[in-house]
Amino acid sequence: MIAAEQSAYSYLSAYQDLAPSLPGVDQPWLQQLRAEGLAAFAERGFPNIREEEWRYTNLSALNKTVFAPVAEQGIDAAWLQSYRLEDAYSVVLVNGRYVAGLSALSGLNDGVSVRSLAEVLAQNPAALAGKLGQAVASSEHNLVAFNTAWFADGVVIEVAAKQQLDKPLQILHVVTEANALVVSRNLFLVNDQAEAEIIETYVGSADSYFTVSVNECLLGRNAGLTFYKAQLEAAKAQHFGGTYVKQAPDSRFAHHNFALGSLLARSDIHSDLDKASACTLNGLFVASGRQHLDNHTRINHLQPYAISREFYKGVLDKKARGVFQGRVVVAEGAQHTDSEMNNRNLLLSADAEVDTKPQLEIYNDDVKCSHGVTVGQLEEKSVFYLQSRGVDAETARNILTFAFANEMADKVENAELKGLLLQELLARFPAMNL
Amino acid sequence: MLSIKNLHVTINDKPILKGLTLDINPGEVHAIMGPNGAGKSTLSHVLSGKPGYTVTEGSVTYDGKDLLEMDPEVRAREGVFLAFQYPVEIPGVSNIYLLKAALNAMRKHKGLPEVDAMDFLTIVKSKVKLLQMDEKFLYRAVNEGFSGGEKKRNEILQAAVLEPKLCILDETDSGLDIDALRIVSDGVNSLRAAERSFLMITHYQRLLDYIKPDVVHVLADGKIVKSGGPELALELEEKGYSWLEGQAA
Repeated sequence: MIAAEQSAYSYLSAYQDLAPSLPGVDQPWLQQLRAEGLAAFAERGFPNIREEEWRYTNLSALNKTVFAPVAEQGIDAAWLQSYRLEDAYSVVLVNGRYVAGLSALSGLNDGVSVRSLAEVLAQNPAALAGKLGQAVASSEHNLVAFNTAWFADGVVIEVAAKQQLDKPLQILHVVTEANALVVSRNLFLVNDQAEAEIIETYVGSADSYFTVSVNECLLGRNAGLTFYKAQLEAAKAQHFGGTYVKQAPDSRFAHHNFALGSLLARSDIHSDLDKASACTLNGLFVASGRQHLDNHTRINHLQPYAISREFYKGVLDKKARGVFQGRVVVAEGAQHTDSEMNNRNLLLSADAEVDTKPQLEIYNDDVKCSHGVTVGQLEEKSVFYLQSRGVDAETARNILTFAFANEMADKVENAELKGLLLQELLARFPAMNL
Repeated sequence: MLSIKNLHVTINDKPILKGLTLDINPGEVHAIMGPNGAGKSTLSHVLSGKPGYTVTEGSVTYDGKDLLEMDPEVRAREGVFLAFQYPVEIPGVSNIYLLKAALNAMRKHKGLPEVDAMDFLTIVKSKVKLLQMDEKFLYRAVNEGFSGGEKKRNEILQAAVLEPKLCILDETDSGLDIDALRIVSDGVNSLRAAERSFLMITHYQRLLDYIKPDVVHVLADGKIVKSGGPELALELEEKGYSWLEGQAA
């Protein structure tokens, strides 16, 4: 643990210089939040495998490099363009900083505001008091604590009551520098009866870096938010991305999590469900080599009549490891809860591994909850069927693997995004020939 | 075109085929009938290269080549097609994708370029019509949620697109109602050609009312015990198989 202590110490000493430059220094409420995050991190450093929620994901590799914030650097425009969706608004965060010049927001309809978090904290900080930190606290775990102390920027998106984004909004998280520490905090306020579709895309042109991104989503009554995450980080990147949601009565939240990139990645998707709200969590993790992809979901049914549907699939090849932790909590007062959870995993090699842990905690009798988990290999009879049609065995396996994964991509209604995801999936199954 | 000589096959050391001999000439339709457990499906599986079967004796020559030496996909590319008794459901892979992948695999094997997308669609749609299928079937996952009749029709659709030289129909009639049987049979009959041979494996004589065989064989206890013309099927319908089974020993 010496390495961990040294590592934490390095971050803490660097923080002394960093702190005065962080946005919102003059806001006592924010300073309070940051102080809590800093204190938690100073006490325990990054999460470790002795913590129940982190038992399958060892972050000790983080202690080998000290990642540091970097200034905005030049960016390869053509490369960035290859990830940008055409029929969408876009916001670009380069190394964690909002870059207005690269963003495309013209034509944004009335009732929708998209701004840099640092800018809002400088110009109208009161607008965020009581909102930032409402969906998640530093006590969640120490990457949230770290994010809360360290964040320098991010994006704040607000859709006024009864308004809707007329096009999807893509947030491109881009990292350009090696060993960069990229900390962003993003706030999504979808007010009563408002609607929005958000697509986050994580990419890096540098090889090794550390992303710590936290999203907070506050959904008003009968509001709807569809959220896609395309985690396409660079091959040696370490990624933490948490999305924490509070759903008012009758609201609808759908999250589609595609974890394909990075060496080590952890996603948290947590939602608190008020009365008669609906939550859908879909996910696909595809890992090869020595990748480690951890997906941690939590659905809290706090009030009656809420519905949750969760479906995650994992494909693990070579020495990759996948983790699915799905927790559903049904509170004492949450009668008529209707919840389904499913996790299916495909292991393509003898050395690949998946740890899957569905957890149901139910504190009342009047509920309908189900969960199912499978871990398996490709079916030989399917491979033979394709061979009997002239397809060689290796291609047959690729086709079947792709088909398994494609079920999740098929749930993406945005055609452009689906195209981007298929392209990324195909790059991982090169023998496919569509 | 197909010559099976003294074929002995075991599954987990248990003998199933015990010296089967059969010759099929180009353009001929042969029917193999026989009681359950006679080895009918084993024969179709061995010819198509399904893993799990051990050939302990005998040979299979197809178009002058040793069929048993070929990988399953090579057999398919060389023109051997098996219509499965139980077609496999493949979620996530559409029919049209499989047809295209299969057709291109055959073309590549023959040194031909990939099929033109428009030409392909035209070919496939005409075959779909032939089998009285809805075009929507093309975009559904292979056999997923299909009824028994739809699955069998889908097998014949694949044969129609791939145009094999040897078409093995493994209990293609089982589970079909009379209308579906008629459609499937019409599909098969439309594929009959001077250079294309058929090996029909069936338990029931009914199929042979619709697809007229040139030769009927009775397979019992791993061997062909009797061969004859179409009239043999009628005799079997009348007398059953028991009068022949003794002859296998």
